[in-house]
Amino acid sequence: MEHTSLLERVLRGIALTLVVIFFMFPIVWIFMMSFQTNETILRIPPQLVFEPTLANYTALITGKLETASGTLDIAFMRNLWNSVFLSVTSVAVALLLGVPAAYAFARHKFRGSEDIAFTLLSFRFAPALLVLLPLTLYFQKLGLANTYFGLIWVYQLICLPLILWIVRGYFEDIPADIEYAYRIGGHSWFATFRKIALPLAGPGIAAAGLLAFIFAWNNFVFALVLASADKQPVTVGALAFITSSGIQYGQISAAIVLSITPTLALALYAQRYLVEGLSLGAVKG
Amino acid sequence: MTAATVQRARPSGFRISKRALPYLLSLPALLVCIGILIPFLTSVVYSFQRYRLSQPWARQFNWGDNYISFFTDPKFWNTLQVSLLYAGITVVLELLLGLAIAMLLQKRSTLNNFISIMLLMPLMTAPALAALMWKLMTNPGFGVLSYLASLIGLQDFRWASSPSTALLTVVLVDIWVYTPFIMILLLAGLRSLPTQPFEAAALDGVPRSFVFFRITLPMLTPYILTATLFRLLDSIQQFDIIYAMTQGGPGDTLTVFQVEAYLNFFQSTNVGRSAALMIILWAITYFLSNIFIKNWLRLRERARGQA
Repeated sequence: MEHTSLLERVLRGIALTLVVIFFMFPIVWIFMMSFQTNETILRIPPQLVFEPTLANYTALITGKLETASGTLDIAFMRNLWNSVFLSVTSVAVALLLGVPAAYAFARHKFRGSEDIAFTLLSFRFAPALLVLLPLTLYFQKLGLANTYFGLIWVYQLICLPLILWIVRGYFEDIPADIEYAYRIGGHSWFATFRKIALPLAGPGIAAAGLLAFIFAWNNFVFALVLASADKQPVTVGALAFITSSGIQYGQISAAIVLSITPTLALALYAQRYLVEGLSLGAVKG
Repeated sequence: MTAATVQRARPSGFRISKRALPYLLSLPALLVCIGILIPFLTSVVYSFQRYRLSQPWARQFNWGDNYISFFTDPKFWNTLQVSLLYAGITVVLELLLGLAIAMLLQKRSTLNNFISIMLLMPLMTAPALAALMWKLMTNPGFGVLSYLASLIGLQDFRWASSPSTALLTVVLVDIWVYTPFIMILLLAGLRSLPTQPFEAAALDGVPRSFVFFRITLPMLTPYILTATLFRLLDSIQQFDIIYAMTQGGPGDTLTVFQVEAYLNFFQSTNVGRSAALMIILWAITYFLSNIFIKNWLRLRERARGQA
């Protein structure tokens, strides 16, 4: 491996540069567009040097857009808030439901436990619309259509399997003897769970929660089908944005930048756990 | 069990029996999921019905008619063909590209680690938003990619709005988002391989191609299989990218399973046909996920064993 020729090193360098350009260019470009006015965006050839403006961001944040034909209301901040609220609450619910279940699956081989765990896993791979389309009809009857409650419930389809399978792996990594020793000391299973198992699996639980957050945030189809404009997260809101008249391309770019920043930041923070999370605990990074 | 006897010796008012405990712990999670299983069964029922939201009075069981009509329905064959084509092309290209990038980054160095973290960013971008980004970049009026295409002689290259290049465009977005997924799984796999076989091969002066095909690839196979099946299962159900980019258009160029089912349900309000489409897609994914889970389990056991 050490005897690499100069030619090979140059070729590797070129290949890596191309890879970085391909994967980074769209993000950099949209980021640049978000600081431009429509005038500079529409210039051909595209400009690399321009006078940056914050106007797109102020328009989004104040929710007021001045156009030639008058002032336009943009509900983007509402979408952003919906994304935050839906993702945070869904993850909290999934942790509350999923962590005890993960502990049960890791520690007790009870009848049907593997079947149940795999059924939960299979949700991750079933087509979303298979469940969503009948659910729209049910939700209308139950009055759950376009409610946060209904959406958070459905978001469990993404969050629960992820949390269950990752956290289960972390519980399995804790030697059972530690827990036995504590229980022989006269503590209840609950005290053991709270004082021994939870703290030891803590980092794994945190990572699973962050990942579930990212997946919930990035979800598109659930809210597209089940939510109207006032409950829609950014993924759906931004799409409605591009078709509405009078909106400028700079504002769309700024909306995209604001929408992807939280997940990108979290991913950088949790990157150590990403491999394990993305493979549902099958590959350790 | 010593723990159990100790516990029994302890006086306490409220105690959960040891056998019931695991059920109680997993019960809340299960209850939430049962609410999700019911619509699944409903889908099965709908798929055997003539059911249009616009004509609720005409709703009745027609048993297999929805499925039988697929055989003579060119729209269905188009859906099947586009879905398989999309899944096939994306998975093969992403696998080749992901493996190549993983091998470029295999050696642990600050630069390589930095690049591999940077490459995670497309993967963490919501696919629907990624499609929007590419839509802006391929806009015929000001899109930078349209401009670049015109520089290399492709005047008026229409990207997603032309039937001949729409598939290529959405495949490109899929590659942009999901190649990093395969890349990081394979990179983790490559870095976990034992070093002895490679050292021995280097000592014996074995040619590089031999090392790659006879040592690296076979040892990496479980990782490759898991990553590929993961992607295949997601890719055959792709909705976000295609819907956000073209809504299945132009025409019915990109009406893959989920997009077609969505349009059937919300535009032609044909619930029966939509449900039947979803059941067929579910059958395909069920078959794939069974193969997948076997591999995934083997890999998972190995990872746990190392821990």
